[in-house]
Amino acid sequence: MSQDAAHGNHDARYIKIWGILVVLLAISVAGPMLEIQVITLITAFGIAIVKALMVCAYFMHLNVEKRYIWYMLIISVAFMGIFYFGSAPDVMQGSGTQWKDCVLDKSCVPTNDMAKDSVNYGILR
Amino acid sequence: MAFHAPIATGRSNTGIPTGRLAVWWLLASEVFIFGGLIASYLLHRLNNENWGEIAANTSTPAGALNTFVLLTSSLFIVLAHAASERKDIARTLKFIWLTIGCGGIFLVVKAYEYTTEISHGFVLTSNVFWSFYYTATALHACHVIAGMFIMWMISHDVKISKNLHRVELIGIYWHFVDLVWIFLFPLLYIAK
Repeated sequence: MSQDAAHGNHDARYIKIWGILVVLLAISVAGPMLEIQVITLITAFGIAIVKALMVCAYFMHLNVEKRYIWYMLIISVAFMGIFYFGSAPDVMQGSGTQWKDCVLDKSCVPTNDMAKDSVNYGILR
Repeated sequence: MAFHAPIATGRSNTGIPTGRLAVWWLLASEVFIFGGLIASYLLHRLNNENWGEIAANTSTPAGALNTFVLLTSSLFIVLAHAASERKDIARTLKFIWLTIGCGGIFLVVKAYEYTTEISHGFVLTSNVFWSFYYTATALHACHVIAGMFIMWMISHDVKISKNLHRVELIGIYWHFVDLVWIFLFPLLYIAK
């Protein structure tokens, strides 16, 4: 195979991957229209993960990158996980050992304005 | 003492070119910036039942269009990289400028979205959802602008066939910008 043909094949491969990514995007937009929560989760987040892996593997060339880079990225994501699970209890729960979320149980509403604005208050807990 | 030019550009204990290694380190640090933001968003999202009602005001078509634009820009920059490897200067420049163009389209769509949302009263201080929305998307847009600027600088070198390896480096960065948007899109526009 000539060098030009080999390069042409590479480009065609990238275009094919882009085509798959666009189809996945269309599915991720169409899925939630069915308004079924499980399908929304799968089509929105499941496909996002697949798209991300495809971009990493084929466009960023992580599939042929040295392991050092993989270790570096895995460690970064692992530390992110530690941050997530470390802070989750404080955010997700209303009380714990020697502490409670007073905004959640409405025992310390800060201002009248905030209480009036029920939409804001509901979110700012 | 004799002056020595820096020699780090071609040496690395890892066997990875120094520039590429530096970009990967940069991206590893970016994982914490965007990862922290997304993780915080998820925690609040899961902890608030009425979150979906407030998130319902973002424009899914605009978000989908921007996702398409960024995916296409990723294709263009990887094609620029492929062209630079075979020293096809004209094709490399063409795809770099197409990528910059896609970045421009992304920003125009984003500006249109911001204008619409602000005119409807959804501003940074409206509630936590909109705080997250504006923080995440504006931070992402800053990365898009930075990427476009760096590509413009690199294009000057490419014109004179200099530092062609930098096309790959900006490509890796640009794919990361695309990657972040791939996660922001379902979080901010789809999961309502």
